[in-house]
Amino acid sequence: MKNMTTFITATGVIGLILTASLVMGDDDKYERNERDEGFLSQLFSKKTDVAPVKNAVYKEECGSCHFAYQPGLLPARSWKKMMGDLENHFDENAELDKDTQIALTKYLVENAADDANYKRSRRIMNSLSKNDTPLRITETPYFIRKHDEIPKRMVQDNPKLGSFSKCAACHVNAEKGSYEEDDVRIPGIGKWDD
Amino acid sequence: MKKKIVVPLILLLSSHTIMADAINDMFTQYQQQGVSNASEQTGKTLWNKKFTDKKTGKDRSCTSCHGVDLTKVGKHVRTGKKINPMAPSVNKKSLTDVKNIKKWFKRNCKWTLGRECSAQEQADILTYLKNQ
Repeated sequence: MKNMTTFITATGVIGLILTASLVMGDDDKYERNERDEGFLSQLFSKKTDVAPVKNAVYKEECGSCHFAYQPGLLPARSWKKMMGDLENHFDENAELDKDTQIALTKYLVENAADDANYKRSRRIMNSLSKNDTPLRITETPYFIRKHDEIPKRMVQDNPKLGSFSKCAACHVNAEKGSYEEDDVRIPGIGKWDD
Repeated sequence: MKKKIVVPLILLLSSHTIMADAINDMFTQYQQQGVSNASEQTGKTLWNKKFTDKKTGKDRSCTSCHGVDLTKVGKHVRTGKKINPMAPSVNKKSLTDVKNIKKWFKRNCKWTLGRECSAQEQADILTYLKNQ
């Protein structure tokens, strides 16, 4: 009886691993050849695309005005630059008191894309040259490539949307750090299918 | 049975006290800066007043993001992010934290008016807001 249970459990676990690897492998089917990511690295990369935000201060201070972008979506050098000029934060004033500014910069830098073992972080990093210091995630070559097939009318000219900066408006699981294509629902349009 | 009524009542009272505490703190500070009285009507006028942004030439006001009816949810004019209602009558967390009040006055006055608000202006606006 015990042996049977062990067998069933083992089969289940193997099945899960295989399913997971198939699911992971299926994503980004157009990019299979452009990265040095073999079967194993795909298998062991984290399931979430990018580490979700767990810092309550970050959620409050940054997330009150806009989507609380995961630190793993930009390199540390970008976050440092941005946090050094919060008075002119994309033409808005986003000043923080000194202590909060230091604490949040530390959080962003420590969780930046540079060393993050998540697939979106790695791909964003891989798409940048050493000296690129983008201040907008939407300006990274990886982001541009992933969104270049979407017609203007669906985003920029979409009255319900207006820009690519509102991650969670279309990526329904963006807050959890998941940006899978299957989970895209464009406001006023619906599922995105290329 | 009694308990059921008492608990929400305590919550209601305590949140009201927190709001009053933070606002009293703010008014004490304004007084120290020379403010002797505050006007709800002046605050309301300032809240709704339009200022032209030098850079973009566009009009900006507190209502750009918070709306005119403060009991309703606001919407960030740039990002579209929802902003909880300012009115303490519908949002118990509103105006309950001194640090928060100061932070938003600083940021948002600079965005809206192109400068920080004076103690008098803040006192007027706060008087208007707290009664909503």
